[in-house]
Amino acid sequence: MTPPVLEVVGLRVEVEGRGDDIVDDISFAIGAGEVLGLVGESGSGKSTVGLALLGHTRRGARITGGEVRVEGRDILGLSPAGLRGLRGKTVSYVPQDPASALNPALRIRTQLEEVLETHAFGDSRAARAARMREMLEEVLLPSDDGFLRRYPHQLSGGQQQRVGLAMAFACRPRVIVLDEPTTGLDVTTQAHVLSTVRDLCSAHGVAALYVSHDLAVVATLADRVAVMYAGRIVENGPERVLFRAAAHPYTRRLVEAIPEMSGRHALEGIAGTAPRPGQRADGCFFAPRCTYAVEACTIELPPLEQSGEGHFVRCVRHAEISALGVSERRPAPELPEPDTATTLVSVRGLDAWHGDRQFLFGIDLSVLPRQCVALVGESGSGKTTLARCIAGLHRDFKGELALYGKPLAAGARARSRDDRRRLQYIFQSPYSSLNPRKTIAQIVSQPLGLFFDLDHRETHERVVATLERVRLNPSAMTRYPHELSGGERQRVAIARALAAEPTLLVCDEITSALDVSVQAAIIDLIAELQREMKLGLLFVTHNLALIRTIAEEVAVMNAGRIVERGKVEDVLASPQDAYTKALLADTPSMELALAAGA
Amino acid sequence: MSTVAAGFERARGILPRPRGVWGFVLRRVLLGLLTLFLVSIVVFAATQTLPGDAARAFLGRNATPESLATLRKQLHLNEPVVSQYLHWLGGIFRGDLGNSLTGSQQPVTSVIGARIENSGVLMLIAAVISVPLSIALGAIAARRRDGVFDHTTSIVLLALAALPEFVTAILLVVLLGTSLFHFLPPVSLIPPGGHPWNYPKELVLPVIALVFAVTPYIARIMRASMIEVLESDYVEMARLKGLREQTVLWRHALPNGIAPAIQVIALNLAYLAGGIVVVEFVFAYPGIGSAFVGAVHNRDLPTVQALGILIAAAYVFLNVAADVATILVSPRLRTSLK
Amino acid sequence: MSGVAAAAAPLALPKRRRPIVVLLRRAWRLPRTKVGVLLMLLLVGTALIGPFFAPHDPAAFANIPYGKPGGSTPLGTDALGRDVLSRFLWGGRSILGLSTAATAIGLVLGVSIGLVSAYSRGLLDDVLMRIMDVILAFPSIVLALVAVSTVGPKLWLIVLVVGLTTMPRVARVTRGASAEIVERDFVQAAEALGEPRAKLLLGEILPNITSPLMVEASLRLTYAIGLIASLSFLGFGEQPPAADWGLMINENQQGLTIQPWGVLMPVIAIALLTIGTSLIGDGLSRASAGIDRTGGE
Repeated sequence: MTPPVLEVVGLRVEVEGRGDDIVDDISFAIGAGEVLGLVGESGSGKSTVGLALLGHTRRGARITGGEVRVEGRDILGLSPAGLRGLRGKTVSYVPQDPASALNPALRIRTQLEEVLETHAFGDSRAARAARMREMLEEVLLPSDDGFLRRYPHQLSGGQQQRVGLAMAFACRPRVIVLDEPTTGLDVTTQAHVLSTVRDLCSAHGVAALYVSHDLAVVATLADRVAVMYAGRIVENGPERVLFRAAAHPYTRRLVEAIPEMSGRHALEGIAGTAPRPGQRADGCFFAPRCTYAVEACTIELPPLEQSGEGHFVRCVRHAEISALGVSERRPAPELPEPDTATTLVSVRGLDAWHGDRQFLFGIDLSVLPRQCVALVGESGSGKTTLARCIAGLHRDFKGELALYGKPLAAGARARSRDDRRRLQYIFQSPYSSLNPRKTIAQIVSQPLGLFFDLDHRETHERVVATLERVRLNPSAMTRYPHELSGGERQRVAIARALAAEPTLLVCDEITSALDVSVQAAIIDLIAELQREMKLGLLFVTHNLALIRTIAEEVAVMNAGRIVERGKVEDVLASPQDAYTKALLADTPSMELALAAGA
Repeated sequence: MSTVAAGFERARGILPRPRGVWGFVLRRVLLGLLTLFLVSIVVFAATQTLPGDAARAFLGRNATPESLATLRKQLHLNEPVVSQYLHWLGGIFRGDLGNSLTGSQQPVTSVIGARIENSGVLMLIAAVISVPLSIALGAIAARRRDGVFDHTTSIVLLALAALPEFVTAILLVVLLGTSLFHFLPPVSLIPPGGHPWNYPKELVLPVIALVFAVTPYIARIMRASMIEVLESDYVEMARLKGLREQTVLWRHALPNGIAPAIQVIALNLAYLAGGIVVVEFVFAYPGIGSAFVGAVHNRDLPTVQALGILIAAAYVFLNVAADVATILVSPRLRTSLK
Repeated sequence: MSGVAAAAAPLALPKRRRPIVVLLRRAWRLPRTKVGVLLMLLLVGTALIGPFFAPHDPAAFANIPYGKPGGSTPLGTDALGRDVLSRFLWGGRSILGLSTAATAIGLVLGVSIGLVSAYSRGLLDDVLMRIMDVILAFPSIVLALVAVSTVGPKLWLIVLVVGLTTMPRVARVTRGASAEIVERDFVQAAEALGEPRAKLLLGEILPNITSPLMVEASLRLTYAIGLIASLSFLGFGEQPPAADWGLMINENQQGLTIQPWGVLMPVIAIALLTIGTSLIGDGLSRASAGIDRTGGE
């Protein structure tokens, strides 16, 4: 076996001044042409590890131990000049958000050329220009002068990320760090960028570290996967082993939280939150949330032990868990039967505008009582505009909107109190939908004050009951939103909607700002509430896999039109519209990736 | 940046929309003229229609019915307010600002004409010193954030920003003009008809006072904007590309850091126009500032109106220039106009 | 179901303080805030209780003009032979009173206009901000002098004009800070629930801009003090024989080389007062920047 191109041994990064570790005991190796997926939820330290491979940390952090060997040479000992010579040339970096990582004031040509110039790539200006064009062609971008003269904001998101890739591959690096490079891109664009990454890495024999929170993406791309939790690698092994029969409880739970298009799995979240730097107690960091935990788990952090061929696990019970074999997924509970006697909400011939531009064209849609209708589309498809028209937040539209057959005014303020009460909207980001200056009790009681005539004691009782309904401890009442985790905040937002005793919930991408394990728990809660409270649900999402679990009907949107409607199983199994077909094909799926690899 | 964008949005709402950069410049200039027109109304309203009678105010206790009547006629106070205003406005366009009420009753234009040069020289020197100085101070402080230089400048600039100009000016006189260094004159004696650049010593203290008044603001906004830029993803990316620190700073950071500061620079240069009122008074410097104070003391309305509109015009002009300059240095805003 | 069931476990975090209290505590932890508060207390104290310790009637003749310090006049006498110390002790009241009143007027008007402007957007926003621009087109002191030239040096006029020139600056800051808040989903949520507009402005938006507004308030107070002191220095504020710091400087500037105390005492007092208020403002602004960074929102 040839020696790995990149080897990381015992890497430790600390919070500057305090000495609390952000990540510690990080060891892995990547061979030429190999892609290692580094997965973890937000705050796990995966990006910190990625940047450390270039000898870099963000402000407030410092690398304090371990080695990063590139072709046998430890780069952490290099002088600043030595590091500069390494960065962009031997080890290069593809950032998460290309829109903010490209300098807005410089032309594309300048930004590409300077990498080559700095590292004296090629003998002459002409040679560098030729290399630049070659690179642009490799990442499937135009290479004419017109394109090179552009500024970053004149490119699409996908093009910007391709420029990032061209820059990273320009000097023929040995190692490349990709830090969630497709987050925020549409699935179609994402699929194209991913295939470019895969081709370039294998063609040039580059060792790649692909940092991501999205297990499905990693499954389609990586040869091996390392899972991070609270600043440690908890499991590292071949992709197929890890996703089929993981030996660490955290990995197993993570896989179970992923929605799949193939069947109606129940999504199971992981309760609790990961400990942050400075709050990590002795023992396995996952133990407090682990269903397999025994007393030994709370005494000291287990070492990374070998469990199989190239498979390492940080768990005292890994042998037993490994022996459980392939994890079977539990089917989701049956969806409630919709009430076909009346129509809860109906939209007919709706056109909507933002200023001069028309965003929605002739939309027809209806939701029955107790029915969950999913509205699926990529960003810019108009799905959120439609949801906002229904919720009374977007008034610039023409067409019919009715609630229980009675016309609904445009704009919430023009509607009757009862209409506003019956129709509740839950926003995408719980970080912005809760007023940071109000306590949870004030937030949840807001609709109570507007819609019901309650005294102080009754209000308090309703708030407590509603919080319990969304599985939040009533002790949260006196908290402010920033004291809660993302998942807890989204529960508060749901509680605020439920307090109004609605008949229709409009859920606008309510899990897209959350980690996958939290997403699972929220979806589970929404499905349960729908069953028990007999709610109608309009579930807006870009995630096709999610709708399988929760929705009965689906409407697919593209460029302001509904292109396909039908029962969820039918649409997913045999899509009729060309756009739906392409969308399904481009959606990364762990199961498909595993099936294809087997 | 946001104020430009907002200004742009507003400009677009009110006025017709020729496209492109020149369209923007045109709109911005028209908007500036509109502001000036409104400003002229404010000046006129403040001097002519506030409670109190301009003629009586000027003549004070010595007023006789005859002299009051004469002055009222001279100031057109007997006509309806609107026609008074139009008459005055028409005068501005003809270069006729009326006659001063004091002394030999010269035309206002000749009273202030010579003084504009004196004040202009003072402001220009102050601007030429303070703009590069404050940009450098702000950029260095940002680069060495939380270091000794940063902390020292932050406290000194904070104190300087807090002090009213006349306090700074008097402290300068106390320190440099009296006991310690006798060579700097505490009073600027420039004879009528003399050019200020022939009296460099007379300029030193007023210029320092103005530089102290303006530098802190620009330096602080420059520091804040540079810190934001230095923390940006694209500067991190530039470092991760292996670029030399010099290139990172000069090519990637500084151009983006200066753009938001341009607005503040213009605002503060315009602020110089206000600052000279007090500073010139302290040093008895023969510019439009001290003339303004004198005119207010004497209730010399035509002169007050003329100087008020002149200073406001300088202010508006600089703001328009700043908006245009910001557009020109920001490719993103520039192309959004196409 | 274990996922949701366990989420009902008690929350671990112990502290729960109102955000405004957090801001004040953090600001207080900075040395500059402490120095600022100290300076401010010192000078406000001087202005408020100083008159009780004045050895002479501030308007009465005490000794020869520009008398040297000593005897019954520890800081000497001024251009008209009045006791400098007594005039100094009496001279802070009007500056403090006038500038506080002017700042209050400017804040109330500016915050109201800024909030309405940010929330309504559209034509009303355009018109309001255009009006603010017109007022901003004058350096404050020029507008004040223009007004004084007709009406005369009246104190109510000065408070009003300084308040009015403070208003557009506060309005701009308020509008800028709330423009970003108005976009947030919780405002949209209140909108969808049909919360009354006044309650939405005061209950949802205003509490979220208290940090920038407190910083702005101290900044504006600093300016108001400077502006009002400048006006009385130019001779358009308190009129003789009143004892007033700005006026004292004006009266005694000619004698600076002979008897500096009549100028130095009020100059130092005004300097320390404005530095004090701006240190407090800077402390608040640093504290709020820290909160905004770590608090997530």
